[in-house]
Amino acid sequence: MPITDEVKLADESKLDSLTKKIRGHQGMIIGSVIVFAVIAIALLAPLLAPHDPYEQDLMKRLLPPFWDSRGSWEHIFGTDHLGRDYLSRLIYGARISLLIGIGAALISGLIGTIMGVMAGYFGGRVDMVVTFLITVRLSMPVVLVALAVVAIVGGSLQVVITVLGLLLWDRFAVVMRSSTLQIRSMDYVAAAQAVGCSVSRVLMTEVMPNVVNNLIVITTIEIAHAIILEAALSFLGLGVQPPLPSWGLMVSEGKDMMLFEPWLITIPGVALFLLVLAINLMGDGVRDITAPENRN
Amino acid sequence: MSDRVLDVKNLSIDIPLAEGMLHAVDGIDIHVDKGETLCIVGESGCGKSLTSLAVMDLLPKKAIRRLERLDLAGASILDYSEQQMSDIRGSKMGMIFQEPMTSLNPAFTIGNQMVETLQRHRNMNRVAARDLAKRMLEKVGITAADQRLNQYPHQLSGGLRQRVMIAMTLLCEPELIIADEPTTALDVTIQAQILLLLQELQSEFDMGLILITHDLGVVARIATRVAVMYAGQIVEQGTVKQIFDNPMHPYTRGLMRCIPVPGKTKPGEPLGSIPGMVPSLVGKFTGCRFAERCDHVTDACRQSDIELRAESGETQSYRCIIDAKEMAKVA
Amino acid sequence: MAGETASDADIEAIRKLYGFDRPILVQYLDWLQRAIAGDLGKSYYFRTDVSSLIGERLPTTMMLGVSAITFAIVFSVPLGVAAAIRPNSIIDRVALFLSVMGQALPSFWFALMLIILLSVNLRLLPTSGSDTWLHFVMPTVVLGYYAAPAIMRLTRTGMLEVLSTDYIRTARAKGLRPSVVLFKHALRNAIIPVVSLAAVQFGFMLGGSIVVETIFALHGAGFLAWESITRNDLPTVQGLILVFSLFYIVLTFLADLLNAWLDPRIRIS
Repeated sequence: MPITDEVKLADESKLDSLTKKIRGHQGMIIGSVIVFAVIAIALLAPLLAPHDPYEQDLMKRLLPPFWDSRGSWEHIFGTDHLGRDYLSRLIYGARISLLIGIGAALISGLIGTIMGVMAGYFGGRVDMVVTFLITVRLSMPVVLVALAVVAIVGGSLQVVITVLGLLLWDRFAVVMRSSTLQIRSMDYVAAAQAVGCSVSRVLMTEVMPNVVNNLIVITTIEIAHAIILEAALSFLGLGVQPPLPSWGLMVSEGKDMMLFEPWLITIPGVALFLLVLAINLMGDGVRDITAPENRN
Repeated sequence: MSDRVLDVKNLSIDIPLAEGMLHAVDGIDIHVDKGETLCIVGESGCGKSLTSLAVMDLLPKKAIRRLERLDLAGASILDYSEQQMSDIRGSKMGMIFQEPMTSLNPAFTIGNQMVETLQRHRNMNRVAARDLAKRMLEKVGITAADQRLNQYPHQLSGGLRQRVMIAMTLLCEPELIIADEPTTALDVTIQAQILLLLQELQSEFDMGLILITHDLGVVARIATRVAVMYAGQIVEQGTVKQIFDNPMHPYTRGLMRCIPVPGKTKPGEPLGSIPGMVPSLVGKFTGCRFAERCDHVTDACRQSDIELRAESGETQSYRCIIDAKEMAKVA
Repeated sequence: MAGETASDADIEAIRKLYGFDRPILVQYLDWLQRAIAGDLGKSYYFRTDVSSLIGERLPTTMMLGVSAITFAIVFSVPLGVAAAIRPNSIIDRVALFLSVMGQALPSFWFALMLIILLSVNLRLLPTSGSDTWLHFVMPTVVLGYYAAPAIMRLTRTGMLEVLSTDYIRTARAKGLRPSVVLFKHALRNAIIPVVSLAAVQFGFMLGGSIVVETIFALHGAGFLAWESITRNDLPTVQGLILVFSLFYIVLTFLADLLNAWLDPRIRIS
């Protein structure tokens, strides 16, 4: 066998090699498992939560979790300052985090994709306007603006999703714009080559998957971004409002008592950390599998 | 024997790959004397660059180097530690690489990169080092040397950069210089100038020069002795006159037919080519490596490994079981 | 601003005083015009010039930002270099692990956990205020850790790339000492994009300072932002948005400048 031939064990189909790569990527597996678990928990919240997350019982305030000597199995993660079951609030809080993450990502994804594709497709002045808008957006302090807007309009789940959706579209726009430009340049190549079939083939096999992969990676980034931002906003009191069980809000409500009842902030904090970590691992996994050279 | 600058015996280089162990270089002997130019010729992938890196102990970490003897100017450097090797690299032996465009650090001036060599090996102060660098630049034919020292690599052309590389390598007056395809990336007109420069400098400094190339034209111009490599082995070696006038190994003869040799090839004569490809060197390989492409191959060629053989008293040797004179009759 | 028990007449008086009765667009253009001239108006709450208010608070934030980015660099660059020298080794895995963890950690939670650990349990550091440099330790770590993963990864990738270049091979062939090859030749080239990144990250720290300063009660511009927002002090908020944005723009510009200046190929052409 000549030295220049690539050594291949057998004829692998694309799906086989993909599955193999996924299996080898521990981070992505762990991340995906956690993400799907959280989604399942959020969907099945009414079935899983032992109590009503809003039900207050001032006789049972600040009970510690089951691993503490004073804890009980009735309230596995204890109760907060209003006697509400922490586990139930945690479970329903998953809904909020996911709603925010996915909602904001959808809105910003839509905005960014439309802007990016228009800029790439029409070029000229449209491109100039879009690029200008991206630059303006990039020079804005996102946290500050989000806080200010929520303060003016009033905090609620819908407002937070909308505000974040209106602020996090820049990466989508940049990527979709460059992908569109790439596709456009292929148009010209096609005209020059006058071999229409092969160009659309290249489009489907090379460009489209590339675009889809990038979109997936950026979507996971922005979902995680939105989740963290909402948690920070709610923590500062300018996000989701009580009595909703946003994890960020739970940390905020618990911080006055955190010295003696640390679980009030550790539990929702760990939940946030795990969810964001899992989403990042998934995104990293997709990127590593499809284009490891972009690792940065 | 005290004239012997480099003595390499039984050099093997193995590289572990996913599919098995790659025997990139197998049992090579080379030697160079003062004032001598040894040209190592071969096609891409035959192991000639790896050989030079092995001598300098600059192989990639994964590569496994085995040697019976490695003497530089009479002293064995076979078991030298990395510290000791780094002391002699750049001072007792130097290396010039193929790509002048990327072989110099873009972030520092020419002067900076030349002075640091002298500071490292000769403990010179900056002023004296800069002065010596300037004179060396002039020696390699660079005008306005003072300004050049203050310039950055990207401000110089390829030919100029290669001259700078040569000057930099000569700063500590090494015993041995290894030049790995120093002219391949340059324009043809510049190539001739650089080769001439190398020749002049070699005789002036009385160094040993190993020049690695795939270009027989270069060999004809500059070599004293030639070693022809194929698939990790030396298949023929001798003086330049012997190799060109009387090539013995089928591969060498094939090479000679492929290029127009000045003074030998007649106008209109068709050039030859050697069909086939180099065999894979992963795992065990028995027999002649050139067998697939050889016109004179027999069954016996593949049976067992073939040694270099020389006619008694001759300085030319080749790796073939069939007598060269027999092959010459048939060809 | 009038308080919650104000009567309608009171509210009307305040509106006239602050010019709220004019159409929004006119108000905004008016503000913009004066802002360009350097006058950012008067704070509703403090009744002083917004510009002097911000000017008073900004140095604290700057100090915090500088120490945070320094912390991030001092921590991440050596780690990235070490990871690049020995790819797939323990240190490489630890570095990547830390960077993945760091990116998922919410800053406000990290701050609270640090407070519990270091201030309360170990009694090492103070929880709030800004009197001594000790007060800045935890805020620095909390503000800086978020920039660390990106800086570490970029350093690592850059070093990996640079270490496989021809000019590093030349440096080794010249017999230069390994530390010289690494720090003078390799790092000097690999660090160029990292410096740009650090400049941009420094800009992001302004936004991050809001949470950090609020938790640690540091009287900087970020704390001012939170205060003003919760008090509906519009001029101050507008002023702060303007100042923060200006900083972003200047820093991005600076990042490009640094990039060009550090690379002789761009600087001299």
